[in-house]
Amino acid sequence: MKNTLKQVFHSGKFVVGFCILTFILLTVILYPLFVKTPPLGIISQGTFLPPGIYVNVYDSVGTKFYILNLDDAAAKRIASKLSDDDRIAMKEWLVKAGIPEQQIDTTDTKALLTLWENNYDPKKQVPGMIFAKTRYYQRLNASLQGLLSKEGVTIASTDPVSSTLTSSGIIRQTDYVNIREVPNVRTLLLGTENFGRDVLAELITATGVSLLIGIVAGLIATSIGLIIGLAAGYVGGTLDDILTFFTNIFTVIPSFILLILISFSIGQEKRGAVTIAVVIGLTSWVWTARAVRAQVISLRNRDHVSLSKLSGHPIARIIFTDILPYIASYVFMALILQISAAILTEANLAILGLGPRTTEVPTLGLMLNWAFIYQAQVLGKWWAYMPVIVVIALVSFSLNLMNTGLDQVYNPALRE
Amino acid sequence: MKGYARYFGNKLIWFIITFIIAFLLNFILPRLMPGDPVAAIVARMAQSQSNASGVQAIYRQYTELFHTNEPILNQFFIYIRNVLNGDFGFSFSQYPRTVANVLRISVWWTVMLQFPAIIVGWIIGNTLGALAAYIKGGYDKLILPISIFVSALPAFGMATILLVIFGVTLRWLPTSGGYGFDLLPTFNWKFISSVILHYQLPFWSIVLIAIGGQAIGMRSMSIYELNADYIKYARFMGIKDTKIIRYVFRNAMLPQITGLALALGTMVGGALVAEVVFSYPGLGTTLLSAILGQDYPLISATTLIITIMVLIANFVLEILYGFIDPRIKAAQSD
Repeated sequence: MKNTLKQVFHSGKFVVGFCILTFILLTVILYPLFVKTPPLGIISQGTFLPPGIYVNVYDSVGTKFYILNLDDAAAKRIASKLSDDDRIAMKEWLVKAGIPEQQIDTTDTKALLTLWENNYDPKKQVPGMIFAKTRYYQRLNASLQGLLSKEGVTIASTDPVSSTLTSSGIIRQTDYVNIREVPNVRTLLLGTENFGRDVLAELITATGVSLLIGIVAGLIATSIGLIIGLAAGYVGGTLDDILTFFTNIFTVIPSFILLILISFSIGQEKRGAVTIAVVIGLTSWVWTARAVRAQVISLRNRDHVSLSKLSGHPIARIIFTDILPYIASYVFMALILQISAAILTEANLAILGLGPRTTEVPTLGLMLNWAFIYQAQVLGKWWAYMPVIVVIALVSFSLNLMNTGLDQVYNPALRE
Repeated sequence: MKGYARYFGNKLIWFIITFIIAFLLNFILPRLMPGDPVAAIVARMAQSQSNASGVQAIYRQYTELFHTNEPILNQFFIYIRNVLNGDFGFSFSQYPRTVANVLRISVWWTVMLQFPAIIVGWIIGNTLGALAAYIKGGYDKLILPISIFVSALPAFGMATILLVIFGVTLRWLPTSGGYGFDLLPTFNWKFISSVILHYQLPFWSIVLIAIGGQAIGMRSMSIYELNADYIKYARFMGIKDTKIIRYVFRNAMLPQITGLALALGTMVGGALVAEVVFSYPGLGTTLLSAILGQDYPLISATTLIITIMVLIANFVLEILYGFIDPRIKAAQSD
C-alpha cells in the first residue's frame, strides 16, 4: 500500500491534479470558517455590481480627513468624468475650428483640455452645425468648467425641526480618508450576480455542494456498476445475459435524456441537491459495469481464483480477496471519472432548468443557469459566469489529470 | 456476404429492441410528473376570465384535447398511434402550435450543427492523437495536457469562452440566434451568409470539445499499437515508417469508432446545452423553453427525437464498423 502511494505520488500529472483539487477543497472548507456572512444573502440593490471594494459614502464623510497633495489627482478626476463620447465630440469641434487632426489626442486628457480651453468659443458659429449641437457644446463647456474648479463640496444636513439646510462642513479636493478607518467597507472580489448576492461567497458554497453531488453520484454509480459488473462477470450464465442485455441497452440510450426525463418527472419542489445526485448516480453506472464485467471475466479463470474455488472458499471471500484487489485500481480510476462527469452533468442539467430547486442551495450549474437566463454572457458581466466556468474546468481538469496519472502508473503500456 | 447479413440482422434486432425500450421510458417517465399539466395551462389561459363555468369549460375541452382524462394504457395507445402519424399533439406552452410544428425546423438546426461538428472533431482529434503518439517528445507533452484540459471543459464552458472572445470582445461573430434578427428564412445569399456567420461559434465549440476527448483516446490506442509485436517485426523487416503508420492508424482507429458510437449520447447531450448558450434555434433551446414552460408533450417529443437521432447514428456507425473491421467478416463467416 505504502509502495503504491509512493509510486502514485511520483507521477507528475497525478500530483498536479491532486494539488489543484486539495486547494479547491481547502478553500471550500476554510472560507466559511473565516468569513461568517451568509452566502445566499441578497446584499445589493440592482443586478450585476462589478467587482471591487465598496466603501460606505455616509461613513467616509464622517471619518477623519487627511490632506494629501497629489499632483495627478485633478487630472485623474477629470479623466474619469470625461466619457469617450464627449472626447470624440470635443475632437470633432476642434477639427471644425481648424485645428489639425494629428495634433488632437483624445486619450491624453490634459492636452485635450488645454486645447479646448484655448480654442473653444461658445459664441463662434460653426457652419453647418445644428442649434441643438451648438447647445450641447455649450453645456459640455459648462460642465468642464465645473470639473476644473478648485472648490470643495459643501456638506449640509437638514434640521429636523425647521427643515432648513445647515452647512456642516466642506470637503476639499485634497481630502482623503483612510479606508481602514471607515467602519463599513465591503470587498466584493467577484461583484454580485443577478439577485444581488456576493458571487465569491456563493461560488465557494456552490463548489462545495457540486463536489458533494459529484461524490454522492460517483459513489452510487460506481457501486451499482461494480455490483452489476461482478455479478455479470463472475456468476455468468443467464444472469450475465440479462445484465449484459440491460447494460447494452442503457449504453446506447443517451443517459442525459433519461436524466432530463427523470428530473422533470420528479418535479421542481422535490428536487434537492442530493436527489439530483442520486438520479445522476442511477443513470451513469453503465460504463463501470461494462468495464468491471470485462475485467472480472478475464480474472475468473486465473489459477489463483481456481485454487480458491477448489479450496471451498465462499463466493464472498473469493470476490473480496481474489478479485477485488485486482480491479481496485481500475475501479478507483472509474470513480474519479464518475465524480468529474457527475459535476458536469449537474451543470448541464441545471442550465436546462432542471437543477436542484433554487431557494436553498447554490450549485455551480444553478449559478450558470441564472447567469445565462439574465444574458450575462452577452452583457459582458464576466464575473457572474466566468469564475464558475473556471472552477468547473479546474475541478474536472484536476480529476482527469489524476486519472491520467494513475493510468500511467497502473498501466505499464502507457509509461514513458 | 452471408456473414454480413447475419451481422447486420443482429444489429438491426438490437436497434429495434433498444428503440422500443427507449420509447417506453420516454412515454412513462414524464407522465410520472406530479400535478395536472392541463390545470397549469388552463390557469394561464383563464387569467383574464372571471367566469368560473367558463374556466371549467376550457378545462374540460383541454383535457379531452390532450387525453389526460383517459387511463394511462389508453393514453399509451393513443400516443403510439399519434407518433406513427407524426402527430405529437399540441404544445402546452406554445398552444395552439403543434409539437410537430415546433420541432420540424429545430430538428434540422440541431442535425446540421451537431453531426458535422462531431465528425470534424473526431477526425482532427484522432489525427492529433496519433501524431502525439508517433512524434512523442515536446509535441506530445504539449498536446496531452491541452487535450486533457479541453476535454475536461464542458461544452457550455467552451461555448461561453468562444462567445466572450469572438462575439463580445472582438465582435467578429454574432453572439446569439441562428440567423440575423432582421431576416426572414428565405433562400437568398444574405440569409445564407448570416446563417453561416451564426454557425461558426456553436460549431467550433463542439469541434474543440470533441478534439480533446478523441485525441487522448487515440494517443493511448496508438501507443498500444506502436508497442505491439507486429510493429516491431515490421520495423525489423525494414518496412517504411509511412507504411507502418498506416497500419497503426487503421488498427488504433477501430476502437475509436466504437468509442465514438458509445460516447455519442454524452456528446449530443453536451452540445444541446451549448446551443442554449448561443440561443441557437435547435433542439437544446427548444428543450429549455419546454422545461421552463412545463410542457410535457414538447419535452417528450424532443427527447424522443434526440434518442432516435442518437440510435440511428449509432446503428450507422455499427454498420460502418462491420465493413471496416476485417475480423467481423471473419468471425461471422465461420
